[in-house]
Amino acid sequence: MATPTRKAAIVGGNRIPFARSNTAYAQASNQDMLTATLDGLVARFGLQGESVGEVVAGAVLKHARDFNLTRESVLGSQLSPTTPAYDIQQACGTGLEAAILVANKIALGQIEAGIAGGVDTTSDAPLAVGDDLRRTLISLNNAKTVADRLKALARIRPGQLVPEIPRNAEPRTGLAMGDHAAITAKEWQIGREEQDELAVLSHQNMAAAYDRGFFDDLVTPYLGLTRDNNLRPDSSVEKLATLKPVFGTGDPDATMTAANSTPLTDGASAVLLASDEWAEAKGLPVLAHLVDAQTAAVDYVHGGEGLLMAPVYAVPVMLARNGLTLQDFDFYEIHEAFASTVLATMKAWEDPAYCKGKLGLDAPLGSIDRSKLNVNGSSLAAGHPFAATGGRIVAQLAKQLHEAGPGKRGLISICAAGGQGVVAILES
Amino acid sequence: MSDWYTNFVNSGVGTTISKQLGLPRPAVLRRYEPGEPLLPGPVVVGTAGGGRLRDTVTAVLRDAGVTVLSPVAADGSTDGEKLGAVVLDATGLSGPGDLAAAHDFLAPAIRRLRASGRVVVLADPPAQAETPAQAAARQAVDGLTRSIGKELLNGSTANAIYVPEGAEASLASPLTFFLSGRSAYVDGQGVTLAAADVPASGDPEKPLAGKVAVVTGAARGIGASIAQVVARDGAHVVAVDIPAAGDSLAKVANEIGGTALQLDITAPDAPQRLVEHLRERHGGVDIVVHNAGITRDKLLVNMDAARWNSVMAVNLQAQLDITQALLDDGDVLKPGARVVSVSSQSGIAGNRGQTNYAASKAGVIGMVRAWAPRFAERGATINAVAPGFIVTEMTAKMPFGRREIGSRINSLSQGGLPVDVAETIAWLAQPGSAGVNGQVVRVCGQSMLGA
Ligand SMILES: NC(=O)c1ccc[n+]([C@@H]2O[C@H](COP(=O)([O-])OP(=O)(O)OC[C@H]3O[C@@H](n4cnc5c(N)ncnc54)[C@H](O)[C@@H]3O)[C@@H](O)[C@H]2O)c1
Repeated sequence: MATPTRKAAIVGGNRIPFARSNTAYAQASNQDMLTATLDGLVARFGLQGESVGEVVAGAVLKHARDFNLTRESVLGSQLSPTTPAYDIQQACGTGLEAAILVANKIALGQIEAGIAGGVDTTSDAPLAVGDDLRRTLISLNNAKTVADRLKALARIRPGQLVPEIPRNAEPRTGLAMGDHAAITAKEWQIGREEQDELAVLSHQNMAAAYDRGFFDDLVTPYLGLTRDNNLRPDSSVEKLATLKPVFGTGDPDATMTAANSTPLTDGASAVLLASDEWAEAKGLPVLAHLVDAQTAAVDYVHGGEGLLMAPVYAVPVMLARNGLTLQDFDFYEIHEAFASTVLATMKAWEDPAYCKGKLGLDAPLGSIDRSKLNVNGSSLAAGHPFAATGGRIVAQLAKQLHEAGPGKRGLISICAAGGQGVVAILES
Repeated sequence: MSDWYTNFVNSGVGTTISKQLGLPRPAVLRRYEPGEPLLPGPVVVGTAGGGRLRDTVTAVLRDAGVTVLSPVAADGSTDGEKLGAVVLDATGLSGPGDLAAAHDFLAPAIRRLRASGRVVVLADPPAQAETPAQAAARQAVDGLTRSIGKELLNGSTANAIYVPEGAEASLASPLTFFLSGRSAYVDGQGVTLAAADVPASGDPEKPLAGKVAVVTGAARGIGASIAQVVARDGAHVVAVDIPAAGDSLAKVANEIGGTALQLDITAPDAPQRLVEHLRERHGGVDIVVHNAGITRDKLLVNMDAARWNSVMAVNLQAQLDITQALLDDGDVLKPGARVVSVSSQSGIAGNRGQTNYAASKAGVIGMVRAWAPRFAERGATINAVAPGFIVTEMTAKMPFGRREIGSRINSLSQGGLPVDVAETIAWLAQPGSAGVNGQVVRVCGQSMLGA
């Protein structure tokens, strides 16, 4: 590294409770949710009328009219209207990538403080019209005379009026993300029971965290919801065992169910990052610092790698740069897109042949202490509003590290559509 | 929340109808607005007994820009200049005979009182009298003041301030409060002052400038109003409420430029979390308002343990635990700190179906009185405010009959507003209120209940 830089501090975060698709937030737009989330953050940290260096956020499913989603949300919030903002999108990595971008600008001294966030609604997802109808509408628009217009209209067929519902599918393979994950699960021989166990633990950990007040300064209720409505504190392995698989169902031994996969979810999150000096001057806490981050991508189309395996590649690069081993962490936050993804990720790091062959490592990264994994619950319990998950994890991990005391280290690993992965290290 | 009845009977057609029907016509009360004069007219100051406070009173009034007149002649005329307030200095009474002078002074003066006028009577505390005759005369002031409160019309109030020898410097803040629109719904009350180091007064529009205040139960109702008024007076407000109320709590905090702290005050670690938050974020706290409260009404014979326990936990035990944690911490409670606890009329009068609630709210009064000497040692104060019938979303849901009766059985014939409770609390929180400690101030329009 050329010049030594300062590390960005994580001051705190805010999110609204996450809601399963078409439930509590069915009538809320991305802008509504992001604005409410920013306002909750403003209230928590007394930022009314404040102009922070930058607000960076994004949504994975975004209407064309929301081209300036983050800036519009800032304008509707209690932040100063002179706060600049921009949108980003890196699928499920959006939230963490936003935090990395803000942290980098802080580290370079370009800004003193910033807010990173993300929002997604699968209830108010943009609907697209098919190509046929689009062509007809264009000629209608171009028609000069009434007769031409009527002619154009006459070409519309009922079948064209059904909008293309956005699918959670990879454009290049046509496979749902869950079906991709099922392929990986099979490859790594991830069993049904271990997936269900991981899911149950996520619910139990998150319910316990709510009960002990852990989320009191991380979540602000919204539209009548006070906790994530996907959360099932009474979830049990026995109950989950009764569910039918929903992904990879071509295989009689399919293992992935609606319970060990994340549901479609609506929600938003935001994280306040700053220089130590800015936080100090405002009397605000420093929960942790963002130490380093890494992204990676895999060729899941032709390269024989699983769609969600990119974080497996990103982590060793980041560890090497920081002189750390996989075991040098007090907490691990591996995003639970699917229980099988978390399990395959860990198995890959333990596998000598894979680590040598694919990751080019002399020795496997080894195993991680499961009692340090997703200790306050993760996406299987909270749900996964794509772009909002990164902010949830960053704020949650920063608080965990702060509670554990100074000098504690945490690893974040988030897989994303398109065969990408975003990972980061936080330290208290 | 507006009082439709008061607005109605004071409208043109409403006035005619209510007069014909003989309905009570509650006045529109004069309430504090920043920038307005302390009083809408001049004050007459009179004495009965020795009257050692005349000069102090005159100085306070002149400082506040109020014109001070000599006692009006007992000519029975009601037309001379209308008065904003009448102040009787009855310190130095030696026996009941001295009270005749009080009558001679008050009667003609009160005839000339404007609407929303003020009568304030100053006396020595009866408990510190040297002879039974002196105690009798001092105690008589209480009956006199309360009765004047009941006779006054048009939103005027009467209150007493008991000023022990040596506590003269403590008088300015309570006297100003009782004269001002801040005390609109405080009627028939008495506060007893103590000698204290009263700091020089700062900006009268921002008496709480630079202070950090915690208000519990701030997401709505009276608590939200307290947060607004305390912020208006210059303090930074840490607004506390249960996490489930976080949405409206954030709105309150954002409206007043404060901060939101989602915290269930009954959680076992709540006192410690609050103390840590105040230390880390603000370096301590100057003002603590224990406002959060709940009701779980049932006749005692039908009451389950859950109702009893939850009311006790929120209304009383949490106040005790948080206050104790603040005291134990050493320096988080800043010098000159002010703690104000919200009690209730039910805690004074008792209320059918509210054994749990009334017990908790009476307990608050016991707590405040017991802690007052400890607070005095650190130049701090702790007081209770007991609201009467306050018009909130909660009372708006009461059945019409009960609500109407509840709001009318007081000398001002109307319910109070959350802001009336808030103004009283903000006054007790002022640095200048150093000499008001261990007191219970009712904000009840001189309710007939528990009087
Ligand atoms: N409204 C009246 O007429 C009246 C009369 C006398 C006394 N009071 C007292 O005034 C206070 C405020 O009353 P209100 O009418 O505004 O009631 P309210 O119910 O509108 O507001 C009370 C607030 O306290 C909060 N709260 C409850 N339990 C809490 C806990 N464990 N931790 C943190 N916050 C908690 C609630 O969420 C709510 O926001 C109460 O102490 C009440 O007993 C009210």
